[in-house]
Amino acid sequence: MIPISYYLILSAILFTIGVIGVLIRRNAIIIFMSIELMLNAVNLSFVAISKHLDSLDGQIFVFFVMTVAAAEVAVGLAIIINLFRNKETVNVDEINIMKW
Amino acid sequence: MTAFFFFSIATVTVISALLVILLRNPIHCALSLVLTFFSLAGLYVLLNAQFIAAIQVIVYAGAIMVLFLFVIMLLNLDKVEKVRERHPLQKAFGILVASLLLVALGSVAATGFLYGSKGVHTAAEVGAIGNTKAIAGLLFTDWVLPFEITSILLLAAIVGAIVLSKREL
Repeated sequence: MIPISYYLILSAILFTIGVIGVLIRRNAIIIFMSIELMLNAVNLSFVAISKHLDSLDGQIFVFFVMTVAAAEVAVGLAIIINLFRNKETVNVDEINIMKW
Repeated sequence: MTAFFFFSIATVTVISALLVILLRNPIHCALSLVLTFFSLAGLYVLLNAQFIAAIQVIVYAGAIMVLFLFVIMLLNLDKVEKVRERHPLQKAFGILVASLLLVALGSVAATGFLYGSKGVHTAAEVGAIGNTKAIAGLLFTDWVLPFEITSILLLAAIVGAIVLSKREL
């Protein structure tokens, strides 16, 4: 029997790896993948706590998070394709037209 | 036995997640992310969430990652690009801030102290009727309104993706 804190610590580690990816990488697609990593870290917390509390609501939440993630990926990748068409790059440092 | 599976799968998860942010080639990053999703599905099985494990493989490792790989190949990004560092201190600060976040999250998680009252779906009761059936029972009764709204969200995403990526309608 694994204590729930192990799962939560693993989830915290995965979330932090996702944050580091967003902060240090400059490729928009890899930043996007890091966001997916963070979503999955939170999903792991949901499922672990759902088991801990003998409730299935956490798993229902994970179901909805996955749906939102699928929608988000479809729209986000369309935006990245549009950016690439207009700027010929996916490096987020080059895409600074909305920065003052 | 469970402990052995947990620690081996957790090690694979953390290493493949690190590879996602450390490898230079976006294709390799995407493939490491697929491995991360598969090992997370393994963790869900350990947590008695078989339905979530199945849709993790189908939706994430299947649909979403195919979309990622498709875009990487469409944009011809599968080459290691030399990026000019505009902000040299960015990496150091990023890792510093993220480590502080890990300390904050980890110290909360390590206490393992959770509020909340126990629900009715114990492992034995869910095991008797099956995980998928138990989730379906909740999804189509208590959560039926969010479930229906989800279909509108997906429709909006389909329309949005087509509107964004089509040159002229």
